[in-house]
Amino acid sequence: MTVSAIELGRPAVRRQSLWRYWRGGLQGSEFTWAVAFIVPYVGVFCAFVIYPALYGLWMGSNPSLYTEVFSDPIYLNTVVNTMIFLAFGVNVKLFLALMLSGFFMRPGWWTKVLLLIFVLPWAVPALPTFISIHWMLNGEWGLVNNALWIVFGVDGPSWLNSRWLALGSAIFSHVWKWTPFWTVILLAGRMSIPQEIYDAAKVDGATGLRRFTDVTFPLLANLYLVLTLLATIFLLGDFNSVYFVTGGGPANSTHLLATLGVVRDMLELGKPQLGVAAVMSALPLLIPLVIILMRKLKTSEAQL
Amino acid sequence: MTTIAVDARPTSAPARSSERMRRAARRWRYLTNAGAAVVSALLLVWTLTPIYNIIMVSLEAEGDVAVTHIWPPEPSPASFWVVLTEGHWYLEAFWHQFGNSVFLAAMVTLLVLLIGSLTSFSISRMRIRNGWIITNAALLTYVIPASFLAIPFYLIMNHYGLQNNPWSVIAVLVTFATPYAIFIFQEYGRSIPLELDESARIDGASPLQIYIRIYLPLMAPALVAVGTYALLLAWNEYLYQFLLLSNDRSMTVAVALGKFLNSDVAPWNYMMATAIIYALPPLATYYMFRNRMSSGLTMGGVKG
Repeated sequence: MTVSAIELGRPAVRRQSLWRYWRGGLQGSEFTWAVAFIVPYVGVFCAFVIYPALYGLWMGSNPSLYTEVFSDPIYLNTVVNTMIFLAFGVNVKLFLALMLSGFFMRPGWWTKVLLLIFVLPWAVPALPTFISIHWMLNGEWGLVNNALWIVFGVDGPSWLNSRWLALGSAIFSHVWKWTPFWTVILLAGRMSIPQEIYDAAKVDGATGLRRFTDVTFPLLANLYLVLTLLATIFLLGDFNSVYFVTGGGPANSTHLLATLGVVRDMLELGKPQLGVAAVMSALPLLIPLVIILMRKLKTSEAQL
Repeated sequence: MTTIAVDARPTSAPARSSERMRRAARRWRYLTNAGAAVVSALLLVWTLTPIYNIIMVSLEAEGDVAVTHIWPPEPSPASFWVVLTEGHWYLEAFWHQFGNSVFLAAMVTLLVLLIGSLTSFSISRMRIRNGWIITNAALLTYVIPASFLAIPFYLIMNHYGLQNNPWSVIAVLVTFATPYAIFIFQEYGRSIPLELDESARIDGASPLQIYIRIYLPLMAPALVAVGTYALLLAWNEYLYQFLLLSNDRSMTVAVALGKFLNSDVAPWNYMMATAIIYALPPLATYYMFRNRMSSGLTMGGVKG
């Protein structure tokens, strides 16, 4: 009799404890409120992240798509472009940012004014300045070639008509636009290094270059690594700098994955599946980067 | 007298060496100052050239942009007037498009602040169990490039007939801006003691009252920072606006500018004038709230 009572009572007890587990320390109506408060974000996340992501995976799930993608010479060019863009774009802008953040540590009003001007490329929307660079590089009427003619008396090349010059221009634009952003972050990183450490290093005789190599850089290294990962991921999804500066041209030779997938595959060829497959081919690189970055971000939250 | 001479000898040697050191230090200071001047000059040229180019082209007299000089002989602000009075068939709907951009940016800002603050309140103040899952989901969304979901998102929106509906763009921009808001709000919220919530609760305040009366007022600086971020993101974004808003009624200024670029007979001086007018509101916002934003910047940043 007692045994059966316990047996009967058990599911109810278990349900109650599970319920308590989910509620945590919240009581009654408070739990309802807490759930109601997160519902909007959960809804947004499911509807506009999970659903499109699954839809994309479903679209790109046909293996025959990938034979089509990998036999496409423009796609192979795009992969090469992406590698070059990653190698130069990420490293040049972060190295410049690291050096310039040291320059902007100099005291004085001039440095402050210069910093205000220096962040302009980042503060101005991408669109106007990229269009401006596009026009500036025009072979016949662009500012660059006009200046070359007036100053040196030479005819500049038509920058956007050769693959390598056009790709270089797109990388230049990207570096121009984004260096200020990373500089400001690294500047904040440098400012968070306490002055006492520098004073102690000075007593120990670390000055000049050694001050940087032995004190500043080791302390910034983790931040620098996180920023490199973040910049790599952001660059993989970059659309604007190629789309506005080169338009993917000449002859579709300067595309990145995002512009290839959206502009050429979906809008020009009308084959969105092909575009999804092209973009998804970055996942073997993207997923490990995202996993490493998420771990780093969590453990080094205090520093970033 | 001899004692003085004897005394003078040992003091003169350090005096001479300190004089030498002072001279070396002065030379070093000159060198670094000269170096800083060179770096400053290079930075100014580097930063301002594309911006100079926009201004130059916008000041060209009508139809006269195919030029070979580097400053217009007769600069005139006529093209700004043409844009402001919608005096060219390309610009017929300029103010309507401007209004669309404002509406879009305002809605995205409001929704990001609302959804982001509700979610962070529930996770970090009410400590809902397993809130870390949502924090991680948000972090994941933050590091995934937005352009990778563009193709499936475009097809989904087409499928539901939401093309040319500003809410489809608002939805996607809220999706990609809210993670940063959640991140910043949680970080900032740590500085507000939980005891405030506790005592309000003992006094009988409901979670909604705590959220409105205590949480939001104390979070004001973070709200300003994130609001600025969301506003700039929405105003500056191009890819999704270009894909989803293509007809004249729903188009924003950014889309109109891109359309300008792709036409064969683009009046470049009008286009650059439009670009400057388009860039001014975010620029003003940025410089107005720069100091508020930079605190949050170190923890994340504007996505590319």
